[in-house]
Amino acid sequence: MNWLKYALKRLLMLIPVIISVTFILFIILSFAPGDVARMVLGQDATEEQVAELNHEMGLDRPLLVRYVRYMWDALHLDFGRSWTGNFDVLGEFSHRLPYTLLVSFLAILFATGVGIPFGIASAIKQYSLLDYGSTFVVMLLFSMPAFWLGTMCQLLFCLTLHWLPVSGINSWKSFILPPLILGANTMASMIRMSRTSMLDVIRMDYIRTARAKGGSRRYVTRHHAIRNSLIPVVTQIGISFAGTIGGAVVTENIFAIPGIGTLLINAVKSRDVPVVMGTVIFITIIVGVINLVVDLICALVDPRIDLAS
Amino acid sequence: MARKKKTKKPLSEYSAGELILFRFRKNKLAMIGVGMFIFVTLMILIAPLIRPYSMVVKQDIVHRLNKPSAEHIFGTDELGRDLLARILYGGRISLFCSLAIIGIAFVTGAIIGGTAGFFGGKVDTILMRVVDMLMSVPSALLAMAIITALGNGVWKLVLALSIGQIARFARMVRSSVLTLRNREYIEAAKCFGSSSWRIIMKHILPNGIGPIIVSATLTLGSVILSISSMGYLGLGVASPTPEWGTIISENKVNIQYYPYLGIIPGICIMLTVMSVNFIGDGLRDAFDPKSKK
Repeated sequence: MNWLKYALKRLLMLIPVIISVTFILFIILSFAPGDVARMVLGQDATEEQVAELNHEMGLDRPLLVRYVRYMWDALHLDFGRSWTGNFDVLGEFSHRLPYTLLVSFLAILFATGVGIPFGIASAIKQYSLLDYGSTFVVMLLFSMPAFWLGTMCQLLFCLTLHWLPVSGINSWKSFILPPLILGANTMASMIRMSRTSMLDVIRMDYIRTARAKGGSRRYVTRHHAIRNSLIPVVTQIGISFAGTIGGAVVTENIFAIPGIGTLLINAVKSRDVPVVMGTVIFITIIVGVINLVVDLICALVDPRIDLAS
Repeated sequence: MARKKKTKKPLSEYSAGELILFRFRKNKLAMIGVGMFIFVTLMILIAPLIRPYSMVVKQDIVHRLNKPSAEHIFGTDELGRDLLARILYGGRISLFCSLAIIGIAFVTGAIIGGTAGFFGGKVDTILMRVVDMLMSVPSALLAMAIITALGNGVWKLVLALSIGQIARFARMVRSSVLTLRNREYIEAAKCFGSSSWRIIMKHILPNGIGPIIVSATLTLGSVILSISSMGYLGLGVASPTPEWGTIISENKVNIQYYPYLGIIPGICIMLTVMSVNFIGDGLRDAFDPKSKK
């Protein structure tokens, strides 16, 4: 029950974070210029109509009052309506979330599934062709903007070879390229992390002891080295999830996936404050929860981690 | 490595800085990185000698979408603008903005983290709470929220992206100050009656700055990438001002039939980021030879 207590504590600690993050965002977004009511009603509206709508949306009140009101509504799961489109922020978000989560999940799956084995293999066979090859790929991927890699892959696989659809979400084939592009950078850092971590572990005394006791190289690698080298890598998965969700914004834009990313970009471009606000808060919460889950997994993998402290 | 016979004076007579430089210059990849970076910076600086600024915006519909040739080495885009000129002047924005972002984040982060670490106590708690708050929002999203409020523009982009980086630098500076604060030589300096200012400038700064410089260099690469991503998404530097990401974005429609419009600017971004990463990796190994990555 120790970890349950810990999980609850961490969840409770998320609350002040969310409150302060919303406050900071609220202050930042209050600098957004323009007469919102005028924007919504159009040029033909009279001054009275504009003033009335401003009053209705509470925009004529002081910042702090608006903030408290926003948080009160948020407690009742009302995150406001979009200023530019006719939709509810929470509804639209939950409608689009599955696509983003699917793409991000596949991306992380690809990054860990390919990155960790390659990283470990290149550590075991240090200075081999495989090692140099994967180091080179890592260097390339770290220096490439994701949107460029995406565009180039689109050019090659979709427009020239016609293997995959260019954009949209018409079939399962649409979910092949976006996760690969999104996960490419994470894969590079997975290769690097697991290689470094494995190299550290291989040189540990307990590995030498295990070998001296007669364990075959293969057995020692499997049962002693790999398991121990994975601990920092698992933590890294959680950290990279935040980056993946941020990167999803770009990837969704390249492949026209109707996820949160496209929603956010359109909202930023049209300065749709409630949508930006809601989206950023939700993503922050999701990232926080995922980090919590990863910490719990870490504690399960590594019994030395004491959750209570 | 430093123990070669060629060195005239014994190892112990070299200062720490000289040793770091020595190790750095031994690192081949790092030297390649320095070479590439100098080349990119030089090309950007002498841009007016290669192409006048007027060519960046001058439209020439007759020569639109020309493939790379002797006259237009990198070809022309949809509006007949010379791609080389746009890349050269775009590089100015990409590179100078990223340096400005790192500079702002570095200085602000150092002030916040240094104050928190050096004075400790309540100051530390309050400052670090704020930093934790900033860190819990993914930095790309924070930048987008700021752009929503401020709008497009070069300096607004610099501000938006640097705020996202402050928290990291503040944390790093704080932790390095905390590890140094209780060292014997700091205590010795205190015993001699050195002022706080002197201790910070003479002892803490030179001893703690290494890893922070390394991290700043490595962050520079990712900042260049963020700027171009923002440009690509249409949230950064707006067309017709050239910026590497913006150039790719404005040629998006034509890339299928004129791939050079996408490939060339992308390679420019890649080479620049790669050179910075090489320098960063080299610096890391030079500052801390024990960590072999």
